[in-house]
Amino acid sequence: MKRLIAGLPFIAAVIFGGFFLWGLNPDRDPNEIPSVLISQPAPAFDLDPVPGLETPGLARSDLVGNERPVVVNVFASWCVPCRAEHAVLTRFVERDGMRLFGINYKDKPEDAVKWLNDLGNPYERIGSDLSGRTGIEWGLSGVPETFIVDSDGTVLFRYVGPVVGPDAVERFTQALKQAGALPNGAGS
Amino acid sequence: MVPEIGHFALALALALALVQSVLPIAGASRGNAVWMKSAQATAIGQVLFVAIAFAALMQAFIVSDFTVRNVVENSHSLKPMLYKVAGTWGSHEGSLLLWILILAVFGAGVAWFGSNIPAETKARTLSVQAWISVGFLSFLLLTSNPFERVFPPPLDGNDLNPLLQDMGLAMHPPLLYFGYVGFSIVFSFAVAALIEGRVDPAWARWVRPWTLAAWISLTAGIALGSWWAYYELGWGGWWFWDPVENVSFMPWLLGTALLHSAIVTEKRDAFKSWTILLAILTFSLSLLGTFIVRSGLLTSVHAFAVDPERGVYILGLLAVSIGGSLALYAWRAPEMEPGGLFRPVSREAGLLVNNLILAAATGTVLFGTLYPLILEAVTGDKISVGPPFFNAAFIPMMLALVVFMGLGPFLSWKRADIAGLLDRIQFVAVLAVIAALAAWYLLNGGPIMAYLAILGAAWLLFATLREWALRIRLFEVSLAESARRVRNLPRASHGMTLAHAGVAVLMMGMIGSTGWKSEEIVFAAPGTEVTIAGFDITFEGAAKVQGPNYIADRGTLVVRRDGELVTTLFPERRYYPVAESQTTESAIRSTLAGDLYTSIATPASDQVNNAGAWTLRILYEPLVNLIWIGSILLVIGGCLSLSDRRLRVGAPRRAKQPATDAVPAE
Repeated sequence: MKRLIAGLPFIAAVIFGGFFLWGLNPDRDPNEIPSVLISQPAPAFDLDPVPGLETPGLARSDLVGNERPVVVNVFASWCVPCRAEHAVLTRFVERDGMRLFGINYKDKPEDAVKWLNDLGNPYERIGSDLSGRTGIEWGLSGVPETFIVDSDGTVLFRYVGPVVGPDAVERFTQALKQAGALPNGAGS
Repeated sequence: MVPEIGHFALALALALALVQSVLPIAGASRGNAVWMKSAQATAIGQVLFVAIAFAALMQAFIVSDFTVRNVVENSHSLKPMLYKVAGTWGSHEGSLLLWILILAVFGAGVAWFGSNIPAETKARTLSVQAWISVGFLSFLLLTSNPFERVFPPPLDGNDLNPLLQDMGLAMHPPLLYFGYVGFSIVFSFAVAALIEGRVDPAWARWVRPWTLAAWISLTAGIALGSWWAYYELGWGGWWFWDPVENVSFMPWLLGTALLHSAIVTEKRDAFKSWTILLAILTFSLSLLGTFIVRSGLLTSVHAFAVDPERGVYILGLLAVSIGGSLALYAWRAPEMEPGGLFRPVSREAGLLVNNLILAAATGTVLFGTLYPLILEAVTGDKISVGPPFFNAAFIPMMLALVVFMGLGPFLSWKRADIAGLLDRIQFVAVLAVIAALAAWYLLNGGPIMAYLAILGAAWLLFATLREWALRIRLFEVSLAESARRVRNLPRASHGMTLAHAGVAVLMMGMIGSTGWKSEEIVFAAPGTEVTIAGFDITFEGAAKVQGPNYIADRGTLVVRRDGELVTTLFPERRYYPVAESQTTESAIRSTLAGDLYTSIATPASDQVNNAGAWTLRILYEPLVNLIWIGSILLVIGGCLSLSDRRLRVGAPRRAKQPATDAVPAE
């Protein structure tokens, strides 16, 4: 009996150790938070276009009633990962026919214009969220973030951080396919 | 050149640690005095080489040597010198080097000052300490070399985060580390005792000063971290039950239990295997903290950059050290003979209850901290455990602890006189109830729990003072006689009184600032008036001001009470163009009665900005300063107790020092 009690701390330590080993799995991300917006209607917003850009502004009504689900990407010229992500999103638009809308988050219009002129503009519409208010409505935890919204205006998927690198692109492609956001046959 | 010297010094330290981990312990089992003695030289050699490495890294930071990757990533030529120096331990690699330095300092400390410890015990202890050194030195050299060069060197460093340029932040890691790495030597003593299979009062006496020293720094480190979060971060709170806070708090709780159980082992030769277990677990929790902070296992606001490879290595170290020591414990502990017997009402029993509650509280915090991980592993659900769980589970336990804390010092060893005890404490109990009722009458509102806590804090404070008064026979004999008794009382006893009173003061601060905190968030144009906790605050407007390296929006708030001007506060929102970051500088009117805490936030949009409206956050936190005062009392109490000459009996080297001459002959 005494031996058993003296052995208890060791057994407890081994059990905790097992959980830690599991927790170290590199695929696990403790910061990944299931979005409260998933399966919820997208928030109401109406954003003006970025001054100096010909792309029209973005409102919730633009997300509703489309043939296929669309993608909303939150970006800013001051955000370095966005620059890397830009190329990936452009490829999705040009090669796979994804429809992309942008929310330009807390960005100076002239910087945003320069950024898009340098890198190209894959966005159909861009709303300028200078105050960050719409970002709050969307429950943004950082920039970039990407949402897939279906034709009823319901948020189907949320990706926090840049869609960059094979794993992230694979996950995002899967989500696009499941949502039916790509025209048939695309995204292979 | 200098970084290479540092790197080489680390390799030499590792070589010495390897020798020290084998030779002395082998000498102890063979009775070879020379081998045992070698630990002394290697332990001191180790501290020298690690100190050289640390100095080399610090030099790289001071001269901003941007050929060193660590300096590039964690410093900037424009940083003030103080923060360049503090940058040495700001990164994962640098802080690990500091960790190892402190480990070596404690090892050398035992080698140097431990002349009263028998040669075998000392040799074994230092060998065990060297095992830990080997583990962490190899970890540093293999996975996180702080001296790695970068080519081509960049023009300037990357880090100029103004938020992190603060005295509190610069000082709190070293203190915290000194605390939780300090428990390593206690761990080594415990493992050495298990290998020897013998624990006696003398053992407890050698261990106590080390435990106490580690505990004091940990207390100061935690308090400083909390103070920093409160004043500098502008969060308006002092404890958030964040995983990284919890991992520093758990060794503190268990270390407190160890401190008390070691007393029983020292005085009564009892609780031996429990004390050993606590010594092992306290350091295990420190290691766990190191692991959690550096592995990205849990979500936290202040973790280091994460690398899974490092996580696996540290987990390996944990498995060997914690698993190994607990296995050794399971094997050897049942053979230890039980010590002195005691009655259910006695000092021993009181300390036993204290230990059980502290251990249960530690278990609760551990469970709450790891629950998200365990749940995710078992069911895949993701949750976070926040303050509601900890408050609901932890506070009642602490209240129970406080009841026994007040009672304990009145109890005598072996068997306490129950009638006499009741006689001495009934007055205190009545006084505490009156204090709580008075609080109820004077303050309306507030949670019931807060009144119970007031009752507990008052009980603890009065009981502690009463016990002290009994010892010096205050008002029973002449004041001069009492004063003489104060001087003759052992310092450890004053230390206990101060520390226990410190807890009561600390509790008052916590109760006041959580139970009666008031908060107003207003969207204010100039001229807006806000009333909070009896203060009338007028927002006069905000203006742009230019600082040395920032531009700020400075709000002007005039504070009046009953029409009379109290003070004018200037909260700022600073923007640092070079670092492209913003900080909130709260303006605080701090008094013993409470803090009036104001901060200003950026306007919601530019249109509103033009109208001159701002978001103001105004908090009133009653008694919050008692938290820091209570923490200071705890630290002073610990230091007093550490300076008690009884802890040094048989240590002639220290007894000759003039400090002890101040203690009159008994």
